[in-house]
Amino acid sequence: MTKDLLYLDYAATTPLAPSARAAMERGFDMLGNPSSIHRAGRAARDAINAVRLDLANHFGVTQGQVIFTSGGTEANALALHQVQQERRFASAIEHEAVLAWVPEANHLPVTPNGVLDLEAAEAKLSEAEPGLVSLMAANNATGARQPVEAAAKLAAAHGHLVHCDAVQAFGKIPLDLAALGADFLTVSAHKIGGPKGIGALIVKDGFPLQSLLRGGGQERRRRPGTENLIGILGLGGALETIERYGDMAQFLPLMEQVIAHVGLQNVAAYGAERFPHILSIQMPGIKNQLQLMRFDLDGICVSAGSACSSGKVAGNHVLEAMGYGDRSEEFIRVSFGPETTQGDVARFLAAWDKIQNSAKAAA
Amino acid sequence: MRVGNAIYMDYQSTTPLDPAAREVMLPFIGNMFGNPHSSSHRFGWEAEAAVDVARGHVARLLDVDPAQVFFTSGATESNNMAIKGLALGRQDTPGRIITVATEHSCVLESALASAAFGHEPVILPVQPNGLLDLDVLEAALTDDTVLVSVMAVNNEIGVIQPLEEIAALAKARGIALHCDAAQAFGKLPVETLAAQCDLISLSGHKIYGPKGIGALYVKADIQRKLAPHMSGGGQEGHLRSGTLAPALCAGFGKAAEVAAQGLEQEMARARRHFTQLMDGLEAMDGTFHLNGCEDQRLKSNINVSFEGTDSARLMANLRRLAVSSGAACASAKEGPSYVLEALGVPPGLAEASLRIGTGRFTDDAQVADALSYIEDALAKSRKRTWSK
Repeated sequence: MTKDLLYLDYAATTPLAPSARAAMERGFDMLGNPSSIHRAGRAARDAINAVRLDLANHFGVTQGQVIFTSGGTEANALALHQVQQERRFASAIEHEAVLAWVPEANHLPVTPNGVLDLEAAEAKLSEAEPGLVSLMAANNATGARQPVEAAAKLAAAHGHLVHCDAVQAFGKIPLDLAALGADFLTVSAHKIGGPKGIGALIVKDGFPLQSLLRGGGQERRRRPGTENLIGILGLGGALETIERYGDMAQFLPLMEQVIAHVGLQNVAAYGAERFPHILSIQMPGIKNQLQLMRFDLDGICVSAGSACSSGKVAGNHVLEAMGYGDRSEEFIRVSFGPETTQGDVARFLAAWDKIQNSAKAAA
Repeated sequence: MRVGNAIYMDYQSTTPLDPAAREVMLPFIGNMFGNPHSSSHRFGWEAEAAVDVARGHVARLLDVDPAQVFFTSGATESNNMAIKGLALGRQDTPGRIITVATEHSCVLESALASAAFGHEPVILPVQPNGLLDLDVLEAALTDDTVLVSVMAVNNEIGVIQPLEEIAALAKARGIALHCDAAQAFGKLPVETLAAQCDLISLSGHKIYGPKGIGALYVKADIQRKLAPHMSGGGQEGHLRSGTLAPALCAGFGKAAEVAAQGLEQEMARARRHFTQLMDGLEAMDGTFHLNGCEDQRLKSNINVSFEGTDSARLMANLRRLAVSSGAACASAKEGPSYVLEALGVPPGLAEASLRIGTGRFTDDAQVADALSYIEDALAKSRKRTWSK
């Protein structure tokens, strides 16, 4: 008998919201190319622009400031390419999709709590030629909240543009582009109950954005290529019920339940201001690959860092930047969504004990 | 296919989602929501398996190793990834990047962008029939040429470029060949294309799959020369990072499978409707010209220019026929098509052109109705022209 699967990997991706599915099914029947001038084309264009307006309202911007992309990775790349490589800066705990474009010498250190070290950042940014600073709002591995507003103020004071990768914070906290002090903001649909393959870059009003791709005139020449109509509609549908993700109070007891059980010392970034739906926790002495296999046998879906190229355990750079060294290989990530219950967490913790005890017995 | 009271004949612009493609997408917008790159649990594995099945379908149509098929967000990204990727990868040994004046704008602009990496973009003219003159190509090839990029089927006029001969010329000098096959894939036999080309761009929504998904085939021995297009998580062989959309991949894969199964039938249908349309147009008053070679052509594309009118008037009188007057991504732009210009079509005629595209859901009755709409629209728009 196979147990019901328990999904605790919401930071990797989320189940599609019913509202997103319904919107996508409407899209299945829409035929036109959004760039075509006939009626079928205009209907597709109107549907896309309705979502654009909803998204613009969400971030306190106008429709022209919303550029749809194939996801967070592309939106990050688009933002970072606005300045030359040597002028890009980012915290050392950014997602690979940001760090890949930033020279290692320009990585900004974090405190042992996994939060951007503002003093160290200031020292570096004040000396540098004006460029672009990229800082995520919520870390995807630890859930630690980053001081985006303070960092943005500091960066802007030294003439830098500011990019905020808000993929994990989207829907969890209010994100107003101006209030954050950011020039660019990245979001992805599939972290809020929307489909994979669609995201957006929100851009400061009037910024002359250079396109990453060359081609047709879509997205006001800032992102050519026929629009992912079904994806955009799915993002719009997910946005209709985004408040399901925004109630942090629903995640607090789940977080506390885990921390009380595994011990505060085994939680990465425990001292940081945090998003309660993502936790990196250490099972001392037991490699995370072994833990993952055991959790899978129990039908529990967790991960070790971000879901990237298959087979690779990515995301360790976050824990390493926090000074965990080899111990980073003993951490797994659990992340919650609106469907997660305290009963689910109890089941997870029971499996945790079982794995820990059997490892001890074998030792 | 009819949309409301209009007939859809803009299949080069986009195609309706095939019911079979829709069907395979449904589980992935349902319970199978996993991230295909989540390697530690079953939700991830089942999504990854679906992506692999889709990759297999696409690879089978090209008759290539699935490991060499990389998913993208569409043909625009594929073309950028191929041309700019090779241009960047070969910036230490710069040379010519050769393409053709009638290519899609994303190919032309990617070729021009290669100048930033020290290359020399060369845009070759075409003959009045839209085909590349092989002598012109041969004369343009130099020892330092990095890439030749020629589309299989033109998106506006449907002509089929002589890729076998083009490939022979490129191969003789050891030059890489890229082919934008977005308009050919699933419409014509393409299983020999991979033997000729090093890089092939494909699109989902031109073959009754979803929008927002495409692929780039990369021959194994050129892969290491290609600079990564999108960095990050390292997905798609580190060439194109980013979470894949299993629903879109599955829809694209199924669409490829359905297209392969129905290829002969589709080609016969296209030929039949081409004849029906051409006969109908010839029976009308006034003069029209078929743009592009009649023989070396995808028969589902009928690009015609009418004398004594212009496309704005024509389109205004053609409200019950969804056609276009050029590439969709350029529809909003003013002025005549650069493709027709490259053929030497006089501006007046270029501005009076329609691209009539037939497809899988076109039937004889729709073609007959379309012809009568065109006849009416022509009469109305010409009358206005004369009374001016």
